[in-house]
Amino acid sequence: MWSGTPLFPEQASTMAARVDNLYFFLLAVAAFFTVLIAGLIVYYAFRYRRRAPDEIGVHIHGGLALELTWTIVPALITVVMFVWGSSVFFAQQRPPDETVNIYVVGKQWMWKFQHLDGQREIDELHVPVGRAVKLIMTSEDVIHDVFVPAFRVKADVLPGRYTTIWFQATKPGRYHLFCAEYCGTRHSGMTGEVIVMEPAEYQAWLSGGTGEGSLASAGEKLFADLACNTCHRPDSQGRGPVLDGLFGKTVTMQNGENVVFDEAYIRESILTPTAKVVAGFQPIMPTFQGLVSEEQLLQLIEYVKSLRSQTEVPTARPATPGPATGENTPVKK
Amino acid sequence: MSSTVLLPPRHYLNDGYGIRSWLLTRDHKRIALLYLAAITFFFFVGGAFAVMIRLELTTPIGDFVSDETYNKLFTMHGVMMVFFFLVPSIPATLGNFLIPLMIGAKDLAFPKLNLLSWYIYILGGFFTLYALISGGVDTGWTFYTPFSTVSSTTNVIPTALGIFITGFSSILTGLNFIVTIHRMRAPGLTWFRMPLFLWSLYATSLIFVLGTPVIAITMLLVAVERIFHFGFFDPRLGGDPVLFQHLFWFYSHPAVYIMVLPAMGVVSEIVPAYCRKRIFGYPFVAFASVAIAVLGFLVWGHHLFVAGESPYAAMIFSALSFMVAIPSAVKVFNWTATMYKGSISWDTPMLYAIGFIGLFTIGGLTGLFLATLPIDVHVTDTYFVIAHFHYIMVGGAIMGYMGGLHYWWPKISGRLYNEFLAKISAGIIFLGFNLTFFPQFVLGYLGMPRRYHAYPPEFQVLNVLSSAGASILGVGYLIPLCYLLWSLRYGLVAGSNPIGAVGLEWMTTSPPPTENFLETPIVTWEAYQYDQPMETHVA
Repeated sequence: MWSGTPLFPEQASTMAARVDNLYFFLLAVAAFFTVLIAGLIVYYAFRYRRRAPDEIGVHIHGGLALELTWTIVPALITVVMFVWGSSVFFAQQRPPDETVNIYVVGKQWMWKFQHLDGQREIDELHVPVGRAVKLIMTSEDVIHDVFVPAFRVKADVLPGRYTTIWFQATKPGRYHLFCAEYCGTRHSGMTGEVIVMEPAEYQAWLSGGTGEGSLASAGEKLFADLACNTCHRPDSQGRGPVLDGLFGKTVTMQNGENVVFDEAYIRESILTPTAKVVAGFQPIMPTFQGLVSEEQLLQLIEYVKSLRSQTEVPTARPATPGPATGENTPVKK
Repeated sequence: MSSTVLLPPRHYLNDGYGIRSWLLTRDHKRIALLYLAAITFFFFVGGAFAVMIRLELTTPIGDFVSDETYNKLFTMHGVMMVFFFLVPSIPATLGNFLIPLMIGAKDLAFPKLNLLSWYIYILGGFFTLYALISGGVDTGWTFYTPFSTVSSTTNVIPTALGIFITGFSSILTGLNFIVTIHRMRAPGLTWFRMPLFLWSLYATSLIFVLGTPVIAITMLLVAVERIFHFGFFDPRLGGDPVLFQHLFWFYSHPAVYIMVLPAMGVVSEIVPAYCRKRIFGYPFVAFASVAIAVLGFLVWGHHLFVAGESPYAAMIFSALSFMVAIPSAVKVFNWTATMYKGSISWDTPMLYAIGFIGLFTIGGLTGLFLATLPIDVHVTDTYFVIAHFHYIMVGGAIMGYMGGLHYWWPKISGRLYNEFLAKISAGIIFLGFNLTFFPQFVLGYLGMPRRYHAYPPEFQVLNVLSSAGASILGVGYLIPLCYLLWSLRYGLVAGSNPIGAVGLEWMTTSPPPTENFLETPIVTWEAYQYDQPMETHVA
């Protein structure tokens, strides 16, 4: 019965071993202090067991040296944990420059994944081995959470905003994907699998699609269907900013605030256009709240991202100096 | 010796017998017993839910109850245990009973307010029981939005109101304790002569008064968003779902210290009494309580490391969470040092205290894992967290509560319980507890999420071990219920100080008279003065 019972999770990402090394350090510290305290208590309990009914303990008041020792030594150990932990954490939080981006939409009680090439899948996520993958995630209803134990990654998936995680799988295989934030009746059924494939296999899988076209092209069609392009065009007489090449730049708003033009900003501008209006424009855009689904929003975002500055008409003035934010600027996290 | 001792002719238990003499009492000792009855009831209700959870989890597929029922079970288990058992457990029973006795006072500062606190607590309890009987609630005891405000179709509002109402009981109790400790100490009982139990209850009361209003407001906001669709938390109404988590944990993390600080206070009483020795480093243990209470308010963000918190905020909360570990460690080391060269008795309360120190050490050390950012990312919302907080709350708070209940039982009831059965059940509880919760650390690191009705089959063996442990633990809790009740009538008469402990509560009869002390004592000695023969000065 024990044969099928793992006691330690598989390491299947570049981050797994780093997290586990830190874990082993903490385990060693915890084991040392547990054995120390439990050992002393049990030893004292036997060694100083009451022998006579009227026996009393030896008069000891305390000792400053000891108090300082057992305050400072644990404090120093926690400093090590903090510094080591923070350095691994930042590596976990900062994706590398080149990532395979995949959009994730969680809803009660399923996971929807959209690959940039247009592939869509439910409760299964195909990714290539050896390449950094970034998930850009949002929820249609309540809070969910993407958790892949074998990769040691987890992040909440929130309604109304985007969160991201990234990982680089190191071993082909199938790994558990869990929803780790309680989300209602079928929470424990909101599970799936991450399928890590060799790059060639992954390419084959990607191209075996349904022929819907890429996410960006779906977005382009939507951009026209929703008539976004009537204002967001060079000859619109200043009704709306031209979006070409803006993604990742810092843009100045009417109130002087500088805002990074990222996924979160695009989303907000579609749903609540008057929240942050680009300097030099009027708040005349209607809201699309309720008219576009989370998935359509992602298509629009991907289309806007794909608008490289071919035309070079800086209708919206990028603020200077902009930070070196590439395509992979982490969205509001 | 005790068999020849008689109960005092007049004491608080025979000062009136009718139902009115209990329900309209203003005696802190009788109110403590009212609380004891109520929390015992809620403890066993909450425990029954735990039994059903563990039964369901013996198999990987969800077969014993439906997923909907399962979600209600763990919600009600958490709500009952946290708000209706753990939070009031030691303060409202042992604290209520002992604060006036330990400071040489006749009662708390506001006896009527004390009775009112109990009625408020009962009213809140009824609301919650109503929510339970009329269909239950499935949000988890954490009520995370927007699930609780827009998605759940269960009895969120009655439960939230129950918690809201009960909060006032906590606030009033905390206020009463603070004023009592400030104003009603006997002559000569300076702050640094006080038993450490009072320091820890004082720190707890500060959290009651400062923290509870926040949870009350938060529950109210949940109800208002649910009823009137005000957009506090739902992003579709312009709210922020994570705001709820900040508000919730701003109370609920300090609430962890509400649960464990009083247990630490109990251990600080038991260890010197059963080692017949002063506590090692009195001022350090005392200030550690205050430090825990203060720092406890600054660490709530560690519940949000994966909830979209900024990485810089996460770092700050990580650092602060490590800091709160230090005063906890200081306490553990001081208790251990107190045992050095003591005259250690192995009576039941000491067994519980030893169990507390060991289990709290594990609970505290695993807390360091959760303060370490990348480890928390992996184990948060898994069984690792479940194991960790049960080591603190069951291994810590309940062990302390059981230890205190046994230590002061002769004072409360005037009689002795069956020591043999008590030792056996302390051992059963210790073993059952570890078997229940230790495998959950392993499960958590493996990645088993919490609140899962069904789980992948490779996790079954560890879950079966855990369920087996839970059944042992359940037996361990039922035995004391039997022998303590039995002792009320048939136990040997204890006498005023059966174990030769020091402290004002042992200088009056067992059970004490209604007014506690016939004459106000004057304190001329330090706390835990086991090394010098003590004279009782009475004015």
